[in-house]
Amino acid sequence: MGPSLDFSIALIAIAPFVAALFAPWIKHFTGQLAGWILAIVPLSIFIMLLGFIEPVSGNNVVVAALPWIPSYGIEFSFFVDGLSLVFGLLISGIGTFIVIYSGGYLAGHPHHGRFFSYILMFMGSMLGLVLADNIFTLFVFWELTSITSFLLIGFDHSRQAARRAAIQALVVTGGGGLLLLAGLILLSTMTGQNSLTGLLATAGLAQSHGAYIIALLLVIGGAFAKSAQFPLHFWLPNAMEAPTPVSAFLHSATMVKAGVYLLARMNPVLGGTEPWFWILTLFGGVTLLLGGALAIRQTDLKQMLAYTTLGSLGLLVLLIGVGTKEAILGAILYLCAHSLFKGAMFMIAGTIDHGTGTRDITALGGLREKMPITFIAALLSVISMAGFPIALGFLAKEEMYLAMTMGLWPDLLFLAVLIVGNSLMMAVGLLIALKPFLGALKPTPYKPHEGSLSLYSGPVVLSVLGVIAGLFTGWINANVLNPTGASIYNQAVDASVYLGFPITEPKVWASIATWILGGVLFWKAEAVRGALRRAGNAIGWTFDIGFDATMFGLVRLADGVTRFLHHGKLEWYTLVMFVVLALTLYLPMLITGTAPSIPDFPILTFYEWGALLFAVIGLAAVLVAKTRLVAIVALGIQGFAVAVIFLLFGAPDLIWTQFMVETLSVVILALVMTRLHLDQRDHREPALALRDGVVSLAAATGFAFVLLSVLQTDLDLTLTRLFEATSAPVAHGRNIVNVILVDYRAVDTLGEISVVMAAGLAILALIRLRAKPARKPSTPRARRNA
Amino acid sequence: MNTVIFRTVAPGLAALMIMFSIYVLLRGHNEPGGGFIGGLIGASGLAIYGIACGVQEARKALVIHPIVLAGFGVFIGALSGFFALFAQEPFLTGLWLIFHVEGTEVALSTPLIFDIGVYATVVGSVATIALSLEDSEEED
Repeated sequence: MGPSLDFSIALIAIAPFVAALFAPWIKHFTGQLAGWILAIVPLSIFIMLLGFIEPVSGNNVVVAALPWIPSYGIEFSFFVDGLSLVFGLLISGIGTFIVIYSGGYLAGHPHHGRFFSYILMFMGSMLGLVLADNIFTLFVFWELTSITSFLLIGFDHSRQAARRAAIQALVVTGGGGLLLLAGLILLSTMTGQNSLTGLLATAGLAQSHGAYIIALLLVIGGAFAKSAQFPLHFWLPNAMEAPTPVSAFLHSATMVKAGVYLLARMNPVLGGTEPWFWILTLFGGVTLLLGGALAIRQTDLKQMLAYTTLGSLGLLVLLIGVGTKEAILGAILYLCAHSLFKGAMFMIAGTIDHGTGTRDITALGGLREKMPITFIAALLSVISMAGFPIALGFLAKEEMYLAMTMGLWPDLLFLAVLIVGNSLMMAVGLLIALKPFLGALKPTPYKPHEGSLSLYSGPVVLSVLGVIAGLFTGWINANVLNPTGASIYNQAVDASVYLGFPITEPKVWASIATWILGGVLFWKAEAVRGALRRAGNAIGWTFDIGFDATMFGLVRLADGVTRFLHHGKLEWYTLVMFVVLALTLYLPMLITGTAPSIPDFPILTFYEWGALLFAVIGLAAVLVAKTRLVAIVALGIQGFAVAVIFLLFGAPDLIWTQFMVETLSVVILALVMTRLHLDQRDHREPALALRDGVVSLAAATGFAFVLLSVLQTDLDLTLTRLFEATSAPVAHGRNIVNVILVDYRAVDTLGEISVVMAAGLAILALIRLRAKPARKPSTPRARRNA
Repeated sequence: MNTVIFRTVAPGLAALMIMFSIYVLLRGHNEPGGGFIGGLIGASGLAIYGIACGVQEARKALVIHPIVLAGFGVFIGALSGFFALFAQEPFLTGLWLIFHVEGTEVALSTPLIFDIGVYATVVGSVATIALSLEDSEEED
């Protein structure tokens, strides 16, 4: 493995981002050809990845790493093994056709160039996700897919439904991302490994750790949110608000499979235990049945496909949960088959929508002569979707039924779930592939017409591949199943999938049962849909409604907390702040019982006494001042006196800052006072004056104690010596204070100036906001009394 | 405060303060001073000019809105950190170019750019606050 090949892995994840940068210009200058030109990027990635098949199927793992934050063991590192390669090929291969398809589908859209940018960025994130080795690299790409998905779902941002769906997807998948981050950090603490290769090498360590169940739940939470498993499934059907190429790419073929990828990846690290088995099979099974049933209930082509995608994701999770060799191989086969037929199906639905102006299956019919190529592609896709012989879907289904007919009681339950789920999805597939094309031609908004080459090339190629792939079982065994199975299983796998129809075996009976049940469901689809609709209406509650209620509750909670804390009474804010300050100063001293000793009476020169006297006079003037303005100026006098003390003890930078801050404080306080129309005088009841006096004295004495304690501890001079030694020779500056600010701790300063800018911005907004109500002085007072 | 003396002296004083603030900024690495102190002096100069000659005058003299200056400061502060990446050093590592022009040492560095960013942020933010407070005072 030469270094050039290693580096090419990192390039694969970065190239789409670079292409995304230029996509709007390419679109601008090449117009209708942009889709074909930009498709070169995913195509070259696909070809590049094909070159990895040989080393990977020889069970070599290719690794490439760039340092990122070395002090935390975070690397920008990638690796390719069987599992990443299968995903990488699916993403780049289907991505090629999606980019071409988008060129035709969105032709004439004002933001077409931006769309290309988004979809290429998504592709880069997804490739980075499946190729990442370091778990934090993985997390960053994981979140990037959520963000790009948000941008793509909300692409038609002028529609409210699209915006809502985008936010919903971001909240669910982003929230899941946080769970995943927590899970990954926990895993890294438990095992001491920061990379997937490291985690795989220490497989078995996590399962026996005390915190195993927490890490498991966190990682599963992240995966379930991404892969839309029950009860977090509701965002996926709503995500169909996105343009159809996005639904085909993100929400069926790739992004939603990221959770499945993660579970498959973590199988050796977290899998093989009772909780893993039961959580995955239970939720996967429920999602499969729910997705299938809800799919039949829909009449919108994209919604039907979205719910079958849910079902398929549930099926994959269930198979990974079962975790036997046959189940894993079945999952890999189904993953590939599903990406091919579902990607094609979505593009077909989009082409129908594009050609007729409607996606409602009850309004479509008789398109076979108007859209013959699309019809053929639809038929080929459904062969794979229903699992008819020679298609990849057939191999997948046989393998998963084989896995469930090997004994043990839960297997029979799973077998029943799989048969029902598969037949539901088969019925939906048949509905989509046959209903719009057969029967009498129905009137549609547009005059039906076949799509252009860019619209039908994707569906045709993907559906043909999905069918004929079943003929190449030898190649699939050696180059797909063995290396991928080895990654998921963490040991060598010898796959022996073959194309055949051994009528004596139970797996074939299961297939036949699926076809019969699927056929009946297709035949009785209207009745089933009616029954399911009535059941749905009877329940009257969906998780989607639940999501809205949760979000609304969250907003109300935030509102309540804000109203409680942010009541608008400045006096109370200040009081609470100083009371808390005093408590934080005294409590540690009380708890540890370490009060500082009172120092001896100091011997000072007369000018030092003079400066102190000025400070005291300033303070006294604040207390006795008749008007607020005098008090503000008197406070300034005290500040200048302190600056003079700094001067006497040789801290020039400090004096200067103190002088400037005092000057500006006086100016700004005076301005604020006039601005707020405060009374000239500060009337305070004696009781209130006493309260405020006690609190300020308490806080001030606390400060004095803390400063005394600081002086009485031995100062650690390590940093001081380092600064003294390196400031002039290394950092080229003799003013250590400034060198600390702009060099040693420049990141801190960067944060501070950001805060300064934000404060300026906030105050500007506040003053502008208040500019109007201030003319009616009754308003704030009325609010205060309310 | 609107005495004739103040109004006459203020523009010259403000100009001197701003020049001085830049001097303080530039000498800061070796002598007392720097972007933060310089920025405070510069902002005081602008505040004085605003009080004496009116906020409209001050805004006209500034050309851009001070908050833009603040944003620009944060931007070039962050930008100066990226130079280090080209030298394969961590973010914000100081890089130095030292020239000798007729016996004087001229040091150009990324910390200097960073300090100019600090200066711009402080001048911009404080002037924003001061000018908008003065502004609304006039409106009423």
